[in-house]
Amino acid sequence: MSIFPSGIRAELPRKFRDYVILGFLILCLLFFLMPFYVMIVNGLKEATSVSVSTMWNLPTQWSAGGFREAFQRLGPSMGNSLLIAIPATIISACWGSVNGYLFSKWKFPGSNVLFALLVFGMFIPYQSILIPLILFLETIRLYGTIPGLIAVHVIYGLPIVTLIFRNYFTNIPDEMVEAARIDGAGLVRIFTNVMLPLSLPAFVVVCIFQFTNIWNDFLFGVTILTNPQSQPVTVALNNLQGSYSVDWNVVMAGALTAALPTALVYIFLGRFFIRGLLAGSVKG
Amino acid sequence: MSIRQPLGVTYQQMFMMTRWHANLRNVFVFTVLFLTFSLVFGLLLALLLDRKLIGYTIFRNVFLFPYALSFIVTGVAWRWIFNPEKGVNVLFDTLGINKLIEHFGGPPLHPGWVTDTTILFSLNSWLGTIFPPLKTLSIQLGIPMALIPVVIAAGWQLTGFAMSMYIAGLATVPHELREAARIDGASELQVYTKVVIPQLNPVTVSTAIILGHVSLKIFDLIFAMAGGAGPGFVTDVPGIFVFDYTFKATRYNLGAAASVIMLLLVCLIIVPYLWTNLRKR
Repeated sequence: MSIFPSGIRAELPRKFRDYVILGFLILCLLFFLMPFYVMIVNGLKEATSVSVSTMWNLPTQWSAGGFREAFQRLGPSMGNSLLIAIPATIISACWGSVNGYLFSKWKFPGSNVLFALLVFGMFIPYQSILIPLILFLETIRLYGTIPGLIAVHVIYGLPIVTLIFRNYFTNIPDEMVEAARIDGAGLVRIFTNVMLPLSLPAFVVVCIFQFTNIWNDFLFGVTILTNPQSQPVTVALNNLQGSYSVDWNVVMAGALTAALPTALVYIFLGRFFIRGLLAGSVKG
Repeated sequence: MSIRQPLGVTYQQMFMMTRWHANLRNVFVFTVLFLTFSLVFGLLLALLLDRKLIGYTIFRNVFLFPYALSFIVTGVAWRWIFNPEKGVNVLFDTLGINKLIEHFGGPPLHPGWVTDTTILFSLNSWLGTIFPPLKTLSIQLGIPMALIPVVIAAGWQLTGFAMSMYIAGLATVPHELREAARIDGASELQVYTKVVIPQLNPVTVSTAIILGHVSLKIFDLIFAMAGGAGPGFVTDVPGIFVFDYTFKATRYNLGAAASVIMLLLVCLIIVPYLWTNLRKR
């Protein structure tokens, strides 16, 4: 897996063409930042002065009121999102590491077919499984509960997590497994004593990727958690923008607040995020 | 309606629905436009960044940043930007684009964006002259104006992904190859169009397939930007259709039928891809 080259020495523009390239990239930068400008600027306006006709203008009176109210309204659902995303991330990472280990080092008859089917699971549209999923959750009495949603995220995340771990473990030499086996270690001992200590990088990639995906989910949240008390932040944000009693500065501030955890993960751990993202393209 | 009815009745019913026709048109138009936008723009950014000028890391990280955010978050912002009263429409006035159009005798641009029911480049009359029965199609075949803001928002969010795939792909194209082409007298443009881009074909295929399946499943973004199917179903896609019929109208049979079609569409592009990819190992 090729990743972004690190330690690039960026050059200063020399020719006329370089200035054209740089100018174009700066224009693109403005395009990419534009929605954030709109969110930040309008989120910091006062409720009385926020309107579509002045949406491009800087606030005449800066105010943190929008953020304060957004935090009040979205705070509980942010808590719910954490309560969903953290356990789901940890469980799927642990489970997926075992899967990846078995698929890479303990091939069994039919394991390749099973692996292909598992990877296919990554692409199944949520909508296609919604009805049977909800019926099943009702049967096991987890419909409408946070543990139910956690279970769904764990299982839906397993394909990508298994894929990342399998690719990672495939690169660990078989000789190491052989040597451990000669020393008398079995399936479980080799996993806990040889593979796990080596797999921290894969765990970091998987956890970041899963956390981001689960935090950003909307469809499972809105269909499985019917009780407003337990809804995740994406659902709460969508309801916030739909209610007429809420001012726009609060909605804009709310969008930024809801984006904050994944934004922070991206800013500080971006290179691990990119690795997970590229792994999703199913290349060995 | 009972669940146990003759096989295929629901599908028959669904394929007769005007709404479903609009659905298929929308998802096709959206996929084509969104893929073109993200792939072309993503490749362009990757190639320009390949020059590795100052600011390389900042540009790259900002371009990919939207990918890490929820469609709901970005949908909220884009809904504002594309509101019919002001938003980008203000830019048409202040940048003088409308003056220019009026100068040439056209009506000023003030589209209603996600609520606009205009269908651009409608093919109906043209199809009618070729094959008269098509004149009575229940929907306008063309590009719904309302989908354009959604394409821009989705493209904005996923161009960074295409760019990242291309940057990773570019790293595997040996520098000697480019040098050799230069020595053979190829211009800088030819080095890219004749040597580098053909080497990236497998990356283009993988990226197109992954983005294609995202596009067939699209739901959150349209839900946040347009609130649902929209007037005249201009922003309706299978994802919205399934949601509406399953959770709002409780016509489970239609919801289930549409969800099966969604799965088949995804299989159509994913199964051959996985087949070739997993076989190679």
